[in-house]
Amino acid sequence: MGFLERMSAVVQAKMNKIMNRIEDPREVLDVSYEKQLQLLQNVKRGVAEVTTSKKRLELQKAKLQMNIDKLDGQAKEAISASREDLARKALESKALMQAQLNTLEREIKELNDQQQKLQAAETRLATKVEAFRTKKETIKAQYTAADAQVKITESVTGISEEMADVGLAVQRAEEKTEDMKARSAALDELLESGTLTDYSGGDEIEAELVRVKAKNTVDDEMARLKAEMNK
Amino acid sequence: MIIRILGEGQFRFDDSHLDDLNKIDNQIVDHVKNGDHDGFFQELVRMISMVKELGKPVNELEIIPSDIIVPPADLSFQEARNIFCNDGLIKG
Repeated sequence: MGFLERMSAVVQAKMNKIMNRIEDPREVLDVSYEKQLQLLQNVKRGVAEVTTSKKRLELQKAKLQMNIDKLDGQAKEAISASREDLARKALESKALMQAQLNTLEREIKELNDQQQKLQAAETRLATKVEAFRTKKETIKAQYTAADAQVKITESVTGISEEMADVGLAVQRAEEKTEDMKARSAALDELLESGTLTDYSGGDEIEAELVRVKAKNTVDDEMARLKAEMNK
Repeated sequence: MIIRILGEGQFRFDDSHLDDLNKIDNQIVDHVKNGDHDGFFQELVRMISMVKELGKPVNELEIIPSDIIVPPADLSFQEARNIFCNDGLIKG
């Protein structure tokens, strides 16, 4: 089976969940409309949630930046006091925090994209729901006509597909937000305790790579600071 | 025919281009099977641009079902894998 066929099956499954079989076709129209309004509310909630998460990460970013500046100042002081060991320690922490800051920046950008996508989905769905409402009344008025059944099936299938699309977008955004929330809480704890030695951003190899990179950064920064102070 | 790009909306697409679309579809299947991340993303982007370039957006007041559903551009490789394992786009 091709990829597109499978993708359609995923959406179809979602559509079936949205629209369970209902006996009276006219009832389908009303039930579907109710569900559309509910989904619109869900999308709005989704947008709000992503926005809140983004704000939280931005706060953390500001906190990290403050810590980084502080450590930088401490490193300079340590060098002027000829305490290279202390300076190295401060710079090591700084490098790890800088790595976290970079991750945060990437996540904030991702959430921003999510937010925009959901807002676009909300606008699109709202237009469709309004169009559906008008169409539903027309179809109901002409229900005796032979082709009404066909029209109902087409409209309901069409709008269910739109709802499945938007529903998936909301679900995916929620999953991403959940992942970030968990990591964000862990980072809060680390910031609280004042140490960021445990870099829990990835697997073993990833963590080791970060440490190696941090060491190189520390060496570079030590050289830079010393050069600056000798001027 | 009508093609929906998830997260973007529907497009009217001429049947004559269907063969080309199917070719990309088959390549995506191969890339996912072989674990080729770069190849997968490249073909997904190509597929989406093809539908947008050759298709015409469906009026947003029109309510019609699609014949083909194209995944969103930000689909992750893991999500693509899930689609193939019949787990769907979302785990569980």
